[in-house]
Amino acid sequence: MFDDVSALALARFQFAFTVSFHFIFPAFSIGLASYLAVLEGLWLKTGRDVYLQLFRYWLKIFAIAFGMGVVSGIVMAYQFGANWAAFSDKAGPVIGPLMAYEVLSAFFLESGFLGVMLFGLDRVGKKLHFLATCLVAIGTTISAFWIIVVNSWMQTPQGYAIADNGQFYATDWLAVVLNPSMPYRLAHTLLGAYLTTALVVGAVGAYHLLKDRKLGRSAQPATKIMFAMAMGMVAITAPLQVLAGHEHGVNTLKHQPAKIAAMEGHYESHDRAAPLILFGVPDDANQVMHYKLEVPALGSLVLQHDIEAPTMGLDKVAPENRAKVAFPFYAFRVMVGLGVLMLLLGGWAAYNAWRGRLFDGVWQQRLALAMGPAGFVAVLAGWITTETGRQPFTVFGLLRTAESASPLAAPAVAASLIAFIIVYFFVFGVGTWFIIKLMGTEPNPEDKGPGKEQTVDVGSLPPDAPFGFQLAE
Amino acid sequence: MVPGIAPDPTLTLIWAGIIGIAIFIYVVTDGFDLGIGILFPVLAPGGERETAIATIKPVWDANQTWLVLGGGGVFAAFPLAYAILMPAVYAPLIAMLLGLIFRGVAFKYRARTSRIWLWDFAFFAGSTLAAFAQGVILGAVLQGVKVAGRSYAGGWWDWLSPFSLLTGVSVVAAYALLGACWLIWRTEGGVQDHAYRMAGQAGAASIAAIGAVSLATPFLNHDYFSRWFEAPGLYYSAPVPLLVGVTALLFIRALRRRAEVAPFVLAELLFLLTFMGLGVSIFPWAVPGQVTIWQAATAANAQAFMLVGVGVLLPVILCYTAYGYWLFGGKVGAEGYA
Repeated sequence: MFDDVSALALARFQFAFTVSFHFIFPAFSIGLASYLAVLEGLWLKTGRDVYLQLFRYWLKIFAIAFGMGVVSGIVMAYQFGANWAAFSDKAGPVIGPLMAYEVLSAFFLESGFLGVMLFGLDRVGKKLHFLATCLVAIGTTISAFWIIVVNSWMQTPQGYAIADNGQFYATDWLAVVLNPSMPYRLAHTLLGAYLTTALVVGAVGAYHLLKDRKLGRSAQPATKIMFAMAMGMVAITAPLQVLAGHEHGVNTLKHQPAKIAAMEGHYESHDRAAPLILFGVPDDANQVMHYKLEVPALGSLVLQHDIEAPTMGLDKVAPENRAKVAFPFYAFRVMVGLGVLMLLLGGWAAYNAWRGRLFDGVWQQRLALAMGPAGFVAVLAGWITTETGRQPFTVFGLLRTAESASPLAAPAVAASLIAFIIVYFFVFGVGTWFIIKLMGTEPNPEDKGPGKEQTVDVGSLPPDAPFGFQLAE
Repeated sequence: MVPGIAPDPTLTLIWAGIIGIAIFIYVVTDGFDLGIGILFPVLAPGGERETAIATIKPVWDANQTWLVLGGGGVFAAFPLAYAILMPAVYAPLIAMLLGLIFRGVAFKYRARTSRIWLWDFAFFAGSTLAAFAQGVILGAVLQGVKVAGRSYAGGWWDWLSPFSLLTGVSVVAAYALLGACWLIWRTEGGVQDHAYRMAGQAGAASIAAIGAVSLATPFLNHDYFSRWFEAPGLYYSAPVPLLVGVTALLFIRALRRRAEVAPFVLAELLFLLTFMGLGVSIFPWAVPGQVTIWQAATAANAQAFMLVGVGVLLPVILCYTAYGYWLFGGKVGAEGYA
């Protein structure tokens, strides 16, 4: 079955599959951790129980999402060695220490204070608990920083030398960390995470607002607050994200022009006034874009702010160094399209709020509900754009993907790939189902905080649930 | 060559120590988490299981992080060893990761499902698979792997041998022992009584397993044999089995006297001694018989750069980890912390 598929292709698909599944959870939990810190801070400051209700509500969801992020993240830590041993050997001396810093400065911080955050409110008091929540949120952000440093160095390497044995070595750690694309990628990724979270929170708020309206109930204060906070966040971060994405694109043009050529679908170079291709069907074999819909001269204007600026096409890239255009080209369009919808959603919410009818704008709420998953799709599309646009290299321009893989036989990689696919769809499917079920409930208005009377969610476990294969004692 | 990139012998030794400590902390902390998973089928559904879960729920995630530091540390400090060993133990490595996935999510899912039996089974099976795979990986590395140039050169079933299966079963037994002793310390009443019985059985199995692995290891290759049975290696290695014997006797006595903390401490001590025994066997190889730690070491400036981070952050990590244990310390009833 796998005779005609190479171990390399399978290893690439396995990495794409496991990292895409993994990133769904941090994309959500980075933003959600910060949101929880804000909610708890507001609760401490105002003393209003409604913020605690929201905190508890989203904490349950965070616990599941974070747990799925952790277990899928451990897979990533070992995936480098298992499927990409040659890459690990060669790039290890540069990126290994960066990942070690991620473990030391972020993973321990998150996991160390997660227990306090989840179970410690009654034990440590409000202020210390707030500190724990903040430390978990900071941990998720530090983690994002280091992994973005690693990825960005692979995109725009600097501060290195290559030794006789083929290994990369850092000659200047500061240059490695502050590599040219890092600040742009970090800003774009963090804003993407905040936007993703805001869209999810907004969709949950919209769902309950719409449901309450349908049932003729007045909406709970907690529902209104979460919807308003989320829409405010979308209205602010969506334009910022467009700006950050644009700056990131300008940076990519400077350092990875071949990637921009693939993203923009430019097979041909232009001396001036390059068009902006809105849509088309790329054809790598003939190096031509079919059925293209383009705006003349706009390509040069958008990224170079100059209609006279020349634009490099893939014809200036050696054939063996060209990325396959379809992935970055289509994925980029998905991301940008969703970004435009997010701008629209935020603008519409701001307009409704200005008119004083944020909680009555039924169609705006319906759009917010429909766009709940949009952040995840956009974030994944963005990563597909940047990662496939880097091909055929792992370390851009220096180490080819084909020279990075482990010496494994195709059946070994295929077997593990199948195992990952089955387990991920089952395990993370169930987790997502639990999260959606939790989202279908409303925040508990009885939540009063520690010391006051409260209802405890003990779950619904039968005392003697069957185990199926009970062993004798 | 760029200045500062040649490996530094002293830094390399320090990093071998740091990784050894990280793996040891992983084994003795997540060991009892996984041990509780392994013992799950013999714990009564409801009370016993909820109590056992409650004792580890706030700390298991932090415990597991040491595995990431151990693996990530090998990648960062000894990339060549990482690149050779990970493909060599491909199948058990993937099995361990999948086991840890089921174990990790079961903590969260079992509280949210009406099919608790399913996630209790996932907790048991995931823990047992992860423990067994870790033992197999240990055995596969000890028995040696084929290397050509800078890569693994063996087949993808090479890890499978009677020896690696033996080390796999041994780690399952030893983790079960840690889990039982942890429960003795952290519970009371009926659960504790049960834990004493489980500790006795798991203890007997663990001591038998340590004996079997110890007897088999020196015959894997000539180098191990000379380290253990010929001078001068004998002078360093001889005290280890003796101390294991003494610790085992003290452990049996502690169980008979129904001591509460001593069984856990002595079980951990057994782990420390076997860990030191493994050190005697392996040092200074990163890939036994093929690549030494100095050959696998990364650039001196990389190890130095990381050492700064470890020097600053590891003490802080140890402090807040200890705080977490202290905060959630004491006897735990069935109601837990929720």
